[in-house]
Amino acid sequence: MQTRHAQRLIRRRSASAWLLLTSPMLIAQGTTPSTLAPASTPAHQIFDLSVFVVAITGGIFLVVGGLLAVALYRFRARKTDPLGEPAQIYGSTQVELAWTVIPVLIVVVLFLTTARIIFAIQDAPKPKTALDVTVVGHQFWWEFRYPKYGVVTANELHIPVSSAGAPTATFLKLTSADVNHSFWIPQLAGKTDLIANHVNTMWMDPQKPGLYLGQCAQFCGSQHAMMLLRVYVDTQEQFGAWIKNQQQPAPQDSAVEAGRTVFERQACMNCHTISGTAATGRFGPDLTHVMSRSTLASGAMDNTPANLRQWIKSPDTFKRGALMPAMQLTDEQLDKVTAYLETLK
Amino acid sequence: MSYYPLSVSQVIDPSTSASERVTFLEKLHGWVVTVDHKRLGILYILYSTFFLLVAGAEALMIRIQLAYPHNHVLSAQVFNRFFTMHGTTMVFLVGMPFLFGFANYIVPLQIGARDMAFPRLNAFSFWLTAFGGFLLYYSFLGGAGLYGVGNAPDVGWFAYAPLTERSFSPGHATDYWALALIVSGFGTLGTAINIIATVISMRCKGMTLMRMPLFTWLLLIVSMLTLVTITPLTAAQFMLLIDRYLGGHFFDTQAGGSSLIWIHFFWIFGHPEVYVLVLPAFAIASEVIPVFSRKAIFGYPAMVAASVAIMFVSLSVWAHHMFTVGMTSVSNAFFTLSTMLVGVPTGIKIFNWIATLWGGRIRFTTPMLFCIGFLFQFLIAGLTGIMLSVSPWDWQLHNSYFVIAHFHYVLVGAIVFCIFAGIYYWYPKATGRLMSETLGKWHFWLFTIGFHITFDTMHCLGLLGMPRSIYTYQPDRGWNFLNLVVSVGGLIQGIAVLIFAYNFIVSYWHGEVAGDDPWDAWTLEWTTSSPPPVYNFEDEPEVHSRRPLWDLKHPDDPDWEYES
Repeated sequence: MQTRHAQRLIRRRSASAWLLLTSPMLIAQGTTPSTLAPASTPAHQIFDLSVFVVAITGGIFLVVGGLLAVALYRFRARKTDPLGEPAQIYGSTQVELAWTVIPVLIVVVLFLTTARIIFAIQDAPKPKTALDVTVVGHQFWWEFRYPKYGVVTANELHIPVSSAGAPTATFLKLTSADVNHSFWIPQLAGKTDLIANHVNTMWMDPQKPGLYLGQCAQFCGSQHAMMLLRVYVDTQEQFGAWIKNQQQPAPQDSAVEAGRTVFERQACMNCHTISGTAATGRFGPDLTHVMSRSTLASGAMDNTPANLRQWIKSPDTFKRGALMPAMQLTDEQLDKVTAYLETLK
Repeated sequence: MSYYPLSVSQVIDPSTSASERVTFLEKLHGWVVTVDHKRLGILYILYSTFFLLVAGAEALMIRIQLAYPHNHVLSAQVFNRFFTMHGTTMVFLVGMPFLFGFANYIVPLQIGARDMAFPRLNAFSFWLTAFGGFLLYYSFLGGAGLYGVGNAPDVGWFAYAPLTERSFSPGHATDYWALALIVSGFGTLGTAINIIATVISMRCKGMTLMRMPLFTWLLLIVSMLTLVTITPLTAAQFMLLIDRYLGGHFFDTQAGGSSLIWIHFFWIFGHPEVYVLVLPAFAIASEVIPVFSRKAIFGYPAMVAASVAIMFVSLSVWAHHMFTVGMTSVSNAFFTLSTMLVGVPTGIKIFNWIATLWGGRIRFTTPMLFCIGFLFQFLIAGLTGIMLSVSPWDWQLHNSYFVIAHFHYVLVGAIVFCIFAGIYYWYPKATGRLMSETLGKWHFWLFTIGFHITFDTMHCLGLLGMPRSIYTYQPDRGWNFLNLVVSVGGLIQGIAVLIFAYNFIVSYWHGEVAGDDPWDAWTLEWTTSSPPPVYNFEDEPEVHSRRPLWDLKHPDDPDWEYES
């Protein structure tokens, strides 16, 4: 009991030192993807562990760095030094033994503390209420599949908030369609790689609704920097409504029939799916409800009609190296297909 | 005393027989065909200094691009090439050749030998390494393959498959990368074998293993480690080329291959490689710190034991680069523990260096300043290393700027600092002239300040969630100001390195004449002239302790009476 209490005390004290150290960084935070503002259990556990580790390593730094500074000051060569060389000391078994044994003890403490958190996060049992999402990494965008709901979307993940009354963790299964990627939302959990032929898992249970930012954390090719990631943590009601909307087939609006024809007769449909139409391609993002997303091209730009038109006309403008080709559409075709896509709410 | 009627110098020294002037071409020819370990050592050092400037320029371009969000100085493709080339160059064309350059020049002198064990292998290895470097840089011209011009490798220095497979990296850039590393890898192996053979079989009379200078000890350990680490990299490169050209599927995930195999191979090479680079830095510090503290190294046997321990433990920690690939919790725990354990022998070394300073009379010359910078920075690098070994925290920090900051603290703050210390320390031996102390201190202070502005700030960026390898970032992430600071620090370091380059060149002609032993040092290389004659020593030296020159200078109080 007593050690527990002491540990908590150390934590609290070092936490304030840690905050002091990083306060300029905290000022810089808004919705920034900072590891210092955890908002989900795994991220919290990691943060608490990191405070403990900083306390220990900080202590080591003060002791060793202090000794170094004292040695440099006290034993600097002076004009008043007597002639000849200082006394030669070749070593001391006792002293050397001491500074071997003490680090070993520190390692033992650090390791045991760390191991507890490794198992707590990595081997946490999946609750029955958990939401399953499959994440597939692509060059350079994210595919999200909700197998239980039959929903497929891209780049902007929606998950429900977890509260004490209704704990809802989200468990992700991660894999890749091409090269390696890494899923990282610093405020929600540590990162996990997406690797082809290999399924990884991770989980998070965000406690506050809102938008959480992140991006791909494993270099994956020319537009790795524009493989941005947004996670919307919704209230249970918002999430239910969102899922319901995503489950609908694409709206059929006869006013934009011409644009739909362009989409289906050009190569667009080879890569993109719009449910309820002939377009069932899977190489690019599912566009059934593309207008429900706030960004395009995995966060490369805001989702506005002008940006959408320019993106279809020339993807290189925003994201040179993205795998979507410029389709050489005429201005008229561009207008039509943009108008059509604008209806996919 | 001598049995021969002529002394060796009269027989070998060309100046006694030929007084005609040597033309430039003859001189050049002499350097190209040389098998002299000292000339090869100098060639290694010049070669890596050249690439240090190139890689530094690449780093500055990277920092200019990242100074502001949404900057357009470099395109995404060019940025990716630059960071790939910067990393590959610094590790393979700067770090290793620098250290082998020191090894080549110093080890035979320190053990009282006339040359390396295999002088021709030595020349062959150097030219292979050099050819590998030029092959890598030729990719800027020749890597075009199917795509336009200027297609240098752009897959990161870690080159994670399957990004390197032909479906994702068409053209020849990746081939140049793989071939260049295979070729220079063979050069490295040759030198490593040579150093081992030299240290084992060429030591002078009285130099038992436990009387070897620590520099030589560490280079022996590094060479053994090199034999174990370079081979898996070379094997992986061959597998990659088989995938790319002979229809293999080792890493080709589209055909059932495994990316994880590459990652394992790469880090089984890559982590010990860090120690291949940092142990020679320790070696330099272990020479410089005692000399300028005016004391024998504290705990010599413990230093040797700790180095051997680091060699072995470093072979079992590679997967700490892989905490995020989805290993089991038990594997993660194992590699957490093994990584933390490296801290123990490393800690012993730091404590022993401080104990060497303790009670000394510290002279703050330029080489010593760089070693003090090394001690301070390596302490921090070790502690951030402990943080990264905590695998749950690593899930956050991995591939972020925190990691970039950590390994630059090791590679620059420890290794490059020690390389500078070594250059200032042995330059008078190799050229007969001292480098300017005034410029040296400017270099040290500017470089240290720039270093801390850049890399201390990078830690913060990592904690704020900035991933590595991105050519630009969004302005709303809270990273703008810190990135600008990092870039400014980079610029200051660039200026410091230019001062160093100027000092390095000008001192050759205008430096103060050094004499044989300008630092009042204790190892054998300081007994011979500066620069040493081709044959190093007229008579084979005989040593009775770890500090033969101390014994010579203090006949009333020799070391051998105290050494255990």
